[in-house]
Amino acid sequence: MSGHVFHPGHEELHGVTVVVRGASGRCWVGRYHERTARGILLHDVAIHDPATVSVDREAWLERLRKFGIKVDAKHVVIPESESARIDLLQPQS
Amino acid sequence: MTYHEMMVKPMRDEVTRSGVKELRSVAEVDGALGPGEGTVMVFVNSVCGCAAGGARPALALALQHPVRPQHLYTVFAGQDLDATARARSYFADYQPSSPSVALLRDGEVVHFVHRHEIEGRPPAMLAANLIAAFEKYCASEGVAKSE
Repeated sequence: MSGHVFHPGHEELHGVTVVVRGASGRCWVGRYHERTARGILLHDVAIHDPATVSVDREAWLERLRKFGIKVDAKHVVIPESESARIDLLQPQS
Repeated sequence: MTYHEMMVKPMRDEVTRSGVKELRSVAEVDGALGPGEGTVMVFVNSVCGCAAGGARPALALALQHPVRPQHLYTVFAGQDLDATARARSYFADYQPSSPSVALLRDGEVVHFVHRHEIEGRPPAMLAANLIAAFEKYCASEGVAKSE
C-alpha cells in the first residue's frame, strides 16, 4: 500500500489539518474537507473563541501543535464571511 | 467502523515486517507497556492515506537506523479498538490521532509525532524526525530486541 494516497477529485488541502483564522477573531483547527458556497467544512475541530476563552490564540495553537487537537465539534462549516485566512497547523519546513 | 481484515492485513504486515510487534488486546498492551522500563516506541497504525503514503514508509526507513528504541510496538486505530484505547492511556496527555508515533523512556513520553505532523510530508522527512528522536533518547539504551 505504500506510496498510494487516495483522495481523487478533492482539493489539495483535503484531509490536512489547517488553522482558519476568522474575521470575527474566532479560530478553528481541524481537518479540511472542502470549500463550497456555504463555507469551509472542517472535521474534528478545536475552536478558539476570544469571547469565551482567556488563553491567547497563539499560545492555544502552540499547545495544539504539541499535544494534539482536543475536538470541540465533529464537523464545522465556517461561513465564507469568516474565513480570513487558512494555514497549515504544522508549517512545512 | 472497522474494515475487513483482508484489506488491513497488508497494512499490518508493512509495520510488523520491520520488527515491530503488534498488540491486539488490552492484555497484550499492558504486558508490553506496563513495565514502563527502557525506551519504547508505539506506532498507531491507520487505514488513512497519510499512513500509507507517509507514516508506514517513514517508520520502515527509520528502523533501518542502528539506534532504535529497545521495544517496538504497534496498535491499529479503528481496527483493534480496545487495544488502541489502552495504548493511548499510556500517553494520555496527548490527544488521540492516527497515524501517530509515541516514544517513551521509562514510562514517560519524550517524543510524539501527531497526524498533523505527518500529513503531506514525504517519508524521508518523517524518518529524519524519528531518527533524530532515536538518537536523542535511545542512544544509550541499545538497539531494539526481537519482541
